[in-house]
Amino acid sequence: MAKMMYRDAVVSTLHEEMERDESIVVLGEDVVGGMGTEGGPEAIGGIWSTSTGLYDKFGADRVIDTPISESAIMGAAGGLALTGKRPVAELMFADFIGVSLDQIWNQIAKFRYMFGGKTRCPAVLRMAYGAGFNAAAQHSQSVHHILTGMPGLKVVMPSTPEDVRGLLRTALRSDDPVIFLEHKALYGVEGEVPDGDYTIPFAHARQVRSGEDVTIIATGLMVGLAEAAADTLAEDGIGCDVIDLRTTSPMDEEAILDSVEVTGRLVIVDEAPPRCNLATDISAIVAQKAFASLKAPIEMVTAPHSPIPFALELERAYLPSADDVEAAVRKTLSYR
Amino acid sequence: MQLSREELVQAFRRMCTIRAFEERLHDVIATGEIAGFTHLYCGQEAVAVGVCEHLDNEDKIVSTHRGHGHCLAKGCDVTGMMKEIWGSSEGLCKGRGGSMHIADTDKGMLGANGIVGAGAPIAVGSAISQKIDGDGKVTITFSGDGACNQGTTFEAMNMAVVTKAPCIFVFENNHYSEHTGFEYAVGTSKDIASRAEAFGMKVWRGDGCDFTSVYETMREVLEYVRAGNGPAAVEFDTERFYGHFEGDPQNYRGEGEIDRIRETRDCLKIFREQATGAKLLDDKELDEIQQAAIDDVEAAVEASRAAPRPQPDDVTKDVYVEY
Repeated sequence: MAKMMYRDAVVSTLHEEMERDESIVVLGEDVVGGMGTEGGPEAIGGIWSTSTGLYDKFGADRVIDTPISESAIMGAAGGLALTGKRPVAELMFADFIGVSLDQIWNQIAKFRYMFGGKTRCPAVLRMAYGAGFNAAAQHSQSVHHILTGMPGLKVVMPSTPEDVRGLLRTALRSDDPVIFLEHKALYGVEGEVPDGDYTIPFAHARQVRSGEDVTIIATGLMVGLAEAAADTLAEDGIGCDVIDLRTTSPMDEEAILDSVEVTGRLVIVDEAPPRCNLATDISAIVAQKAFASLKAPIEMVTAPHSPIPFALELERAYLPSADDVEAAVRKTLSYR
Repeated sequence: MQLSREELVQAFRRMCTIRAFEERLHDVIATGEIAGFTHLYCGQEAVAVGVCEHLDNEDKIVSTHRGHGHCLAKGCDVTGMMKEIWGSSEGLCKGRGGSMHIADTDKGMLGANGIVGAGAPIAVGSAISQKIDGDGKVTITFSGDGACNQGTTFEAMNMAVVTKAPCIFVFENNHYSEHTGFEYAVGTSKDIASRAEAFGMKVWRGDGCDFTSVYETMREVLEYVRAGNGPAAVEFDTERFYGHFEGDPQNYRGEGEIDRIRETRDCLKIFREQATGAKLLDDKELDEIQQAAIDDVEAAVEASRAAPRPQPDDVTKDVYVEY
């Protein structure tokens, strides 16, 4: 075991996988940084420091610094993947799916199906998401709920450095397109990372806390809130079964249903706005498949139906908090 | 014409196959026998064939919604394509793609594309792949005067220049983006090639209704790109004999326009005049080639009518490699 930051888990895994597999190619804006400047290449290594040292080690053919052209980056990833490479394309901010969605949604996600199963499109599309940096409405969003609804894509949301390494390895060894969502507020978080070449399969949720009173489902940054709330509630003798889904497509439905069967009470924490998000999706599944187990209405802790504000106070009000999760748990327990 | 007799026969045969394929579809679609949106390539055959006769299976192409000609020129199976358009499970894409999404990666055909302008970025990725492999292979992206107005095409041209990818942007200017004239929609330049030039590419221009012009122009373009000089672009002036889609009333066409272009700008007629004029092939040989193409297409239609239909259970197959 070693301690490692979330961002270092990304970059170290990329280093190791690129050494293991020559077909992996990294591309994106400033993934090298400083191209065409007096300061020379490798000035940046990705604005999140998630590609540091890759250019130096693997060269310009395999680490491609691109112009600010998100459609072309995503499209090139599709073309690389169709022709035998494994591209890792970085969208600097997940919000930029807005300018590149056609290539992700109409192209990369659909090639295999449209072409009658004859092709594979092993593209890993990494993107930094999430609020908490006063980055306002166009640089803070959670987009997993939008991408999860798109057939052909797999969507991964690691919450710990350990999971980053295990899930990124799986993504880079998968033959399907994978959206790899890295939360900006987690990049600096440190965690224990097992030694060795471990992988974590998709649709394999992690039980973060175990308890028999209330199930709490979360992903990414929201997992920490659920943990904190569970710890507080434990002091009052309330046992929370906290589940980190890790991937939203495919999703570990069984883990959700099994837990709800025991607890009968469900709180879902989602950083996305409330309509048609992961929380509503899971609610529908539980209502349909575990209706008889439910002892109380399902509680959803989400962002509000608004763009993400800039001001500190407003952004704090926008983001779900551990207090919100705790209140939701107490509310579901107080039902009848 | 500097091609060998065999090369000429093959080129004419391919052009005739595309013409017969599209003419037959035009008739069948009018009867309602097959479903969906279809965009016919008639009139532009010399471009697809003049380009693809230079390519092998390791050279890639990325096509458009008007893609049948590119697919056939690149070697996609006539019957497999017809079955696909019929929606059969024996179609080239098992009936999942249809007219706008025909692909055969074994032939280096990376897909027709229903989204105008979406192909160019994909082609750049494929070309970067070829550059990494360093094997002198190229990727060609076909775009029309419609796609030349999409931002994705601009992004792709710049990205190809920046990455020095062996990507060739072939612009087929058929003077219509859907139902809108080139004169209106393509800004002040009135020229697509000069746009590509502004992105830093060497450009060529040719007559897209003249197979020889396309073929000889592409010989130069390909020599330049295969030598590692980075991307290039070429604009071919051509004609679209049918509407944007089948069913298009074409009330935006000028009086007598279609008759005129069929009379003076038909690439098959121009080819015939050149080949017979140079005494390389005679009319009888050309007629036989043309008839053989029509017969092949007719056989493909009959095979498609008899071909098995997909099973409802197949609807969710091949969404992923691994579930």
